[in-house]
Amino acid sequence: MNLHEYQSKKILASYGVPVPDGRVASSPQEAVAAAQALGGAAWVVKAQVHAGGRGKAGGVKLVRDLEAVRSAAASMLGQRLVTKQTGAAGLPIERVYVEVASDIERELYLSLTLNRERGRIALVASAAGGMDIEQVAQKSPAKILSLTVHPVTGLQPFQCKQLGFGLGLASPQLEAFQSLALGLYRLYLERDASLIEINPLIVTRQGALVALDAKLDIDANALFRQPVMAALRDVGQEDPMERRASEHDLNYVSLDGNIACMVNGAGLAMATMDLIKLHGGEPANFLDVGGGATSERVTAAFELVLSNPKVRAILVNIFGGIVRCDLIADGIINAVKNVGVAVPVVVRLEGTNAELARERLAQSGLSIIAAADLTDAARKVVAAAAQGGRRRKAARAGRPTAA
Amino acid sequence: MSILVNKRTEVICQGFTGRQGTFHSEQCLAYGTRLVGGVTPGRGGERHLGLPVFDTVRDAVRVTGATASMIYVPAPYAADSILEAVEAGIELVVCITEGLPINDMIKVKAALAGSPARLIGPNCPGIITPGECKIGIMPGFIHKKGRVGIVSRSGTLTYETVFQTTNNGLGQSSCVGIGGDPVRGMNFIDVIELFQRDRQTEGIIMVGEIGGSDEEAAAEYIRQFVTKPVVAYIAGVTAPAGKRMGHAGAVIAGGKGTAEDKYRALKAAGVRTVKSPAQLGSAMAELLSARRAGTRRRKSAARHR
Repeated sequence: MNLHEYQSKKILASYGVPVPDGRVASSPQEAVAAAQALGGAAWVVKAQVHAGGRGKAGGVKLVRDLEAVRSAAASMLGQRLVTKQTGAAGLPIERVYVEVASDIERELYLSLTLNRERGRIALVASAAGGMDIEQVAQKSPAKILSLTVHPVTGLQPFQCKQLGFGLGLASPQLEAFQSLALGLYRLYLERDASLIEINPLIVTRQGALVALDAKLDIDANALFRQPVMAALRDVGQEDPMERRASEHDLNYVSLDGNIACMVNGAGLAMATMDLIKLHGGEPANFLDVGGGATSERVTAAFELVLSNPKVRAILVNIFGGIVRCDLIADGIINAVKNVGVAVPVVVRLEGTNAELARERLAQSGLSIIAAADLTDAARKVVAAAAQGGRRRKAARAGRPTAA
Repeated sequence: MSILVNKRTEVICQGFTGRQGTFHSEQCLAYGTRLVGGVTPGRGGERHLGLPVFDTVRDAVRVTGATASMIYVPAPYAADSILEAVEAGIELVVCITEGLPINDMIKVKAALAGSPARLIGPNCPGIITPGECKIGIMPGFIHKKGRVGIVSRSGTLTYETVFQTTNNGLGQSSCVGIGGDPVRGMNFIDVIELFQRDRQTEGIIMVGEIGGSDEEAAAEYIRQFVTKPVVAYIAGVTAPAGKRMGHAGAVIAGGKGTAEDKYRALKAAGVRTVKSPAQLGSAMAELLSARRAGTRRRKSAARHR
């Protein structure tokens, strides 16, 4: 689960990490009041969205008077910010964060995240802060310092020094870096973070270490024991389709194509997308309906994928293991009847009672296209989507349709 | 022969009397698994499904002598259950539960490092040796005793692979679902090493997916140590970067963990890669028949000399 910068910084500060003074605002007036309350002669107005790359996209503005604060906030609030991480639709800016501007001497990078290979928390640091760290890692891997933490000992002072010296820090920043790193490690554990990224971590002209930006992600699996973090969720930043899916306990990811998929199991759901692509089509979504593909869930899934106007055909791919295929077939029949599906539906059911399920579908009187196996299913749905597209174009042009 | 479990393996179930534990214990018993009891704290002394219930894994092990455990305990308590099983001397812990916090698994992983216990999962379908022992939630009837070892990060893709190798007559020696989480117990390499040593296993099918670099590590291991034919499929060629695809571990992060990278590494290691999961069974059949033909040729050449 992602948090906003303003939320992350508040949590960071509570763990002793220095952050610039700042206030959140949801109107230009509030932004001006925030700047006045903060004082000083220069402020930074920052769009609060769940994505990086805000600076280049115009979502971070340095301003030197209150009128400029107002106009910066007014130009952002209510708009959508498109960064290289958001996709073309961008994310809505509902709040801005107004901060006292800092005097930057050096920009560093520091993050904590899981090292999957070691199964441990890793600290990654670089003297090349303020840049896209993935590019730094690619172009000059020598500039990336990293270490992993043994869960029994926790982060050790020697490790902090190793990173600190590696970043070219000397006393008193070295000590400040150590206490900052230890605070972040404690935060990572106590708040069940999955990522803490500070880019840049700056050294100010006055010699202080300050977290100028902050990204904090919380492990979604741990939200049951992190009620305070769970309450910080901002559904306005989530894809509306993905949000609706999560309400029905469905795993959904929006994609750009026109063939909707409905599958049981995450691996098979990905494989189904791959198969559609392999046979010349474009998947519209990833959707895992889970092991218990009940009639209600299948209905909810149909409603969900059909609310995407781009969809030209649907592929249902279920490997019924312990769930009986005939029950799933009943669910599909009910859903198609109730929801009123207007695009072709290709169904591939395999596993327990698959034969019976195929009979049910054939006898349903609905125009459901049965597929014999995975390959057959992919071919049929790609063909159906192509035909559906042509038919629609023909209809728009006022020509009679062939089928 | 097979790996990890066979008809002599005695199994207990943690979370035995719960809905999931009950249902899947029944299924495992019906398959022929030697389930000898279960654990539900506070219900010790009762009987469930005709088997004894214990308060602790230690009690269950002392009385039944079980060496394997399957866990259906809800996610908030699952790490505790894994550690309890390890502490009680269980040799094979199979954790089916999905949704364990990553920080819990980091601790479990560290605790396992100094112990002889093996963990399969979490967030996995389990392990089966067809006709002998099923520990997990896979549909038993699609399996057939045979020649192929299967290891996979995905449940339903394991079933697809099993189904294909049953239909084309190859059958399976054992199938291990290692799970979809980023931190887990046994990995591809651990399972492949066992398949390489197992006499019944003639070929290995591995099913990977985006996220992490375990497939790349497995490729390097296969290049160095595996002489049996290996077929691999990687799910998620079309998955967008930065999005979690159902499994907690299936995410391309920072440009790492793409299907392309994994395919490239596996190909370079001499693994037969397939772009469609529908080809896993047929590709393995091809490799095995080519190999048998090769062996026959070598044998007949030896006779003629």
